[in-house]
Amino acid sequence: MMLSVIVGLGYLLFAPLVGGLLDGMGRVVSARMQGRKGPSVLQPFWDLQKLMKKELVTVSRMQLIMIGSYTLFVILSGTLFFSGNDIMMCFFSLTTADMFLVVAASCTGSPFSTMGANRELIQMASYEPMLLLTGVGFYLVDDTFRVSTIGAHEGLPAIVMLPGFFIGVVVILVIKLRKSPFDISTSHHAHQEMVKGTTTELSGPTLACYTIADWYEQVMLMGIIGIFFANNHWWSVVVALVCIVLVYLFEVLIDNTCARVKWQVMFKVAWGVTLVAAGTNLLLLQMIR
Amino acid sequence: MNLIPVLILFPFLMAAVLALVKDDKARGLCVYIGSGVTMLLAISVCIWWLSNGQEDLLLFQETSLVDHLMIVGDLFLMCLVVYLSVKNKKYPIVLLSVVQTLGVLWVELFGGSVEETPHILVDRLSIILLLIVAIIGGLIVIYAVGYMRGYVHHHTEFADRRGFFFPMLFVFLGAMFGLVLSESMTWMYFFWEITSVCSFLLIGYTRTDEAVHNSFRALWMNLLGGLGYAAGIIWFAVTHHSFSLSAMVSVGKGGDMVAVACVALLSFAALTKSAQMPFSQWLLGAMVAPTPTSALLHSATMVKAGVYLLLRLAPALQNNWAGYMVTFIGGFTFFVASLMAISQTDAKKILAYSTISNLGLITACAGIGASETYWAAVFLIMFHAVSKSMLFQSVGAVENATGSRDVETMHGLMLRMPKLAVVMVIGICGMFLAPFGMLVSKWAALKAFVDAGGLLGTVMPLFVCFGSATTCLYWSKWLCRLLVVDHIHTTKDITGRNEYFSLFAHAAIMILLCLSFPSLSNYVVLPIVTNLYGEVDPTITTGNLLFMVVLLFCVFVIPLLVFLVTRRSHPHPVMSYVAGVNAGDSQHFVDSMGEEKEIQTTSWYMEDWFGERKLMFPSLAISSFIIVLCMILLLGGVVS
Repeated sequence: MMLSVIVGLGYLLFAPLVGGLLDGMGRVVSARMQGRKGPSVLQPFWDLQKLMKKELVTVSRMQLIMIGSYTLFVILSGTLFFSGNDIMMCFFSLTTADMFLVVAASCTGSPFSTMGANRELIQMASYEPMLLLTGVGFYLVDDTFRVSTIGAHEGLPAIVMLPGFFIGVVVILVIKLRKSPFDISTSHHAHQEMVKGTTTELSGPTLACYTIADWYEQVMLMGIIGIFFANNHWWSVVVALVCIVLVYLFEVLIDNTCARVKWQVMFKVAWGVTLVAAGTNLLLLQMIR
Repeated sequence: MNLIPVLILFPFLMAAVLALVKDDKARGLCVYIGSGVTMLLAISVCIWWLSNGQEDLLLFQETSLVDHLMIVGDLFLMCLVVYLSVKNKKYPIVLLSVVQTLGVLWVELFGGSVEETPHILVDRLSIILLLIVAIIGGLIVIYAVGYMRGYVHHHTEFADRRGFFFPMLFVFLGAMFGLVLSESMTWMYFFWEITSVCSFLLIGYTRTDEAVHNSFRALWMNLLGGLGYAAGIIWFAVTHHSFSLSAMVSVGKGGDMVAVACVALLSFAALTKSAQMPFSQWLLGAMVAPTPTSALLHSATMVKAGVYLLLRLAPALQNNWAGYMVTFIGGFTFFVASLMAISQTDAKKILAYSTISNLGLITACAGIGASETYWAAVFLIMFHAVSKSMLFQSVGAVENATGSRDVETMHGLMLRMPKLAVVMVIGICGMFLAPFGMLVSKWAALKAFVDAGGLLGTVMPLFVCFGSATTCLYWSKWLCRLLVVDHIHTTKDITGRNEYFSLFAHAAIMILLCLSFPSLSNYVVLPIVTNLYGEVDPTITTGNLLFMVVLLFCVFVIPLLVFLVTRRSHPHPVMSYVAGVNAGDSQHFVDSMGEEKEIQTTSWYMEDWFGERKLMFPSLAISSFIIVLCMILLLGGVVS
């Protein structure tokens, strides 16, 4: 109980720091893969600081409210997760958060932003089945949806029973971490048709707010990777952390090697992998139950 | 005094009165009084039952007079169907109707000695259904008064048949009361047939070719189900000498193969009535009727009759082929209907697909027949009824104001008709978003499916997970359209006060239900489950339910909080980014010819991915195959 509160509080306070560092690290690694030197690891924080100092401008006030709500809901979901609550509830709350983001993007009626919102919805439809199935997988292994029990479960780490689920999660993480497809809803590639997609109309402090939410979300997602490796031994935390870093590097690698993946491919791959990898794993689990 | 006969007969009486009233004002008044009294009666029955020990009451054992009256009623319905079918040259329907009616008559009159069992059952489940039918149905009827005034005004091409329309609505309500209270299968069959014929007549309201065509499709599909029902009654009466539904369920639960086959036949009837694949198309066609008809068919009556019957049969569906059939068809329908909903632009069609899809989930829950799924199914029925009725009514009101029910024309409704938009947003959120009832029930269903284990425990969670993702997609597209705030168009809101009364009442009921979810679970739904299955743990713990209520507050409070915080700041308003070719505001741009054009943004419908044309045929084929396969296996079980 005490531990959950501490971990939850820790997330609340330090997640942006960790998320920012992950982001910075990703940028450096990405640059090295492309043979560039890349920015400093702390660059994301300087960017954020600069955004904060800009004037607050907005296309409509509604957008401001929606982005604020999005941020708070992401933080809420993450905090629920790290304080050991029901994993399905965290996912539902995360979906609600995403809804606020989509509404924020489309409520202005701005064309690029609306395109981004539409694409974000397709992305949600692509990764949502896998996200929900992950909860199901953990439930089958641990007989509970509670993260506190899942994360401290006895015996070998959950990944031994859930390899298919893990593969599925790694695939959808590419989308969730906004690494691939190339035409992702918040594209950071200036030369593609989305401009900046859902974030086109965000600037200055609003964009900063969005960035912080994004970091919170990334840390939560890394937490999901973590509980695949954690059990009731202290060293499992170390293993989990190492694996998290490896998975993150792997996502960066995918970003750099699959530069021309479009959303159609994303949709098919995400559903296909979910069905085959997680579906088969689920069937096996049900059979030996 | 026993109120139950009064409750069932009163709507029929109202129908007779309304058929005589010709004046529009007087008719409106009659309808208000009628639906008010109906609601009061249902609530009094509820209170009477609550104060009488809340036990399952079995009533009316000796009823030969009423039985004979019902035989006359059955014959009347048969003659009506035969007459209308012959008139419209739909001869196969004549056969369907005659065979089943005469079959049931034969077994009732000459079927040998059948033991007299109580004909009416009042328990928690029937009370819940009674309240849904009376309150939601009653509100829809009130709404219909205002709506039909607008409808007749706009659609001068159709004859004004309100004198026929309103009595039919009341007949429908009466039949539903009878249906949910019947314990005797012959009684239930009678009311079952009334709802079939009634929906057929209501769908054909406009008498256009399309309406006639669709109404006959609804009729033959429902009569096919009725045939299954009749076959189930006859077979069971001949082999087990009883018309009692609960007898059939308990014998079936004991593993008697004949009883299980009869249960499967009744389930088949329920699948047609609840518009499951492959019988979904009658409900999709039903949207040609005026909106109150759709609202009634989709929320409080008709489709709910099917799942109600399935819930009654649920204990006998556990772990046998009848149950596997129902579960698979339900799960499959949930998934494919939500896929097809993505490609629809017509709001009513989206709602129709969503009904089919959600009913699929309830069907699947009933098919598993375990305590957890039962819990989820009852909640799904309650929340679906309220949300769906609310959505249909608001779409109808928007259509009367704008002349279109295309989702794209609802662009920016939040500014144009804020009151309607708010109701619609609550309805939509209620259908899929986190803290609202539907989602919690879906969560419980998912958990229960996983617990079911085995192959079903694999297939069903996959259906639910994929189906939830697609459900989220089609609702959120719609939600985004409503919440655009770009100040382009204006529309005059012509929604009447009676319509708003019904809409706001729905919204209030919806929010109340969500807020009282934990206590509803503990005091209303869990006792039903306990009654059937003995002591059970709640599927979703009370702690989690309470947390959902907190989350519900968050959904309203967080945006409000952000609003209050940002109110002081004065953001500098800017134009949206249009690659630098704005024409003075965010809503217009200068095109390559130098002309000013309005920016139009739309959602994605992905016709070539999820279109009806692509998915409908395979879905029908797969579901028909499964039904036939399971039926053959069941019959094989009886023979061997």
